[in-house]
This record gives sequence, C-alpha cells and structure tokens, in this order.
Amino acid sequence: MTTNYEDRDRGRRFNGEEDFDRGRSQGRGGRRMRRRRICRFCIEKVDIIDFKDARFLQNYIPERGKILPRRISGNCAIHQRMLAEAIKRARNIALLPYTTD
Amino acid sequence: METQRQYEVVFIVDPATEDDEVSRLTENLKQIATDQGGIVTKTESMGRRPLAYEILHKNEGNFVLLEIEGSGREIAELERRMRVNDRIIRYITVRVDEDRRRAEKFKAKRARKAEKRPGGQQHAKASNPTVEVALDDEADEA
Repeated sequence: MTTNYEDRDRGRRFNGEEDFDRGRSQGRGGRRMRRRRICRFCIEKVDIIDFKDARFLQNYIPERGKILPRRISGNCAIHQRMLAEAIKRARNIALLPYTTD
Repeated sequence: METQRQYEVVFIVDPATEDDEVSRLTENLKQIATDQGGIVTKTESMGRRPLAYEILHKNEGNFVLLEIEGSGREIAELERRMRVNDRIIRYITVRVDEDRRRAEKFKAKRARKAEKRPGGQQHAKASNPTVEVALDDEADEA
C-alpha cells in the first residue's frame, strides 16, 4: 500500500513566487502599496502541517532552500511556526535540502 | 497511569536493500515496538525517493512510516535498534498526539463559532482572518 506523496497535493498547490510579489512597492514613487495580509492556512483551516509532504512544503522554500519569511508569505504567527517546524523536520529526513548551491 | 502517546516514526532504509528485506526489517521493528508494550497503528511504505542531500554517499532511500501508540519506552528501544542497524541511514520520531489534540480543539472552536452565528454572511466575514492590514510605511512624501 503506497500513498503517492508526489501526486497528493497537486490540487491545492499555488504559484507562490508570482503571488507573493503582488502589491510590492512600485518603483521610485516612495509610496508603498497597501497589501492584504492573508494567511492561506487560516483560510483553508489547516490545523496540522505534515512534514512528510515535501511537495507542499516546497512552496515555502525559495531557491536557496531557506524558509520563506512571514512578511512575504503573509502567514499568521501560529501557522508560520507550524510550517517552520515541518520544514525543519523534513530537512532532517532529507525530504528537503538544508542548502542548495 | 502512564499516558498513551502517539508517535510517527519515519526511517530511511539503504537503497541497496531488496524490497522484501525492507519489509522484513519493518516487521522486525514493529515486533520490537509491540514487545515493549506499544501498539503499531499504521505502517506505510512511502517508497523509494530521492534524498535532498547526500547521506553516507547515497542519493536515494526507501522511506517507511510507522505510527505507534505507547508510553515512550518502546520508542527509546526502537531508536536504539535503528541507530545500531546499518541498513537504516536516517530516522526521525515525532510526537503527534499533542498536535492532534490541538487541532481537535481548533476544530471544535470553529464549530462553536459557526454555531453562535447562524446564517449571517456578514458576520462570518467579520470573523474571517482576511483582515486588511497596512504594510509598514504609510507615510508618503506627497
């Protein structure tokens, strides 16, 4: 019996990068755009973030393999903490890299 | 009385190991956990997957997941065995009962909230976490 972890989350994936940049400052105008702070986990009512789900966690580690900061993803503190914990566990069992070069 | 705890144990078996050898190893570990008074509630082979970084010059591994219920003594024994076993190149144990209980609590809380405010779409919106918050510097030099 094998769960295909690769396929399981195709549906709820989202294109991180593009979305996170929306509402960023617009050139030299000096005025910053107001941006909505949305915790995706709160909206989707996620209570547990599974550390075995590498595909999903991948959304929150940009190229360098670092954990995406909250100021960019807009996560709430509770969910950011859960996410960080999950990513660190995943790193421990080599599902995610500690660094990429 | 000791409290029952739930654990998730994931271990990575050397990719050079045959499949039936892996399952034998898994059975072995389950037996150890059971002997120590634990209950194995779930066994799952996550299959052969690439490692995100090299461990002992290996780039692949057989991942196996066990869910165990018990006092924690069987976990200690299990970890000791896994450490000694050359076939197992990495393992991790995570206690999950507290997180699960917390999740239940959140769920119950949400249910209660939903009950308190029947119907009203506007009310539901108010309790939504999609509150608009201004980003740091509002001061414009206009």
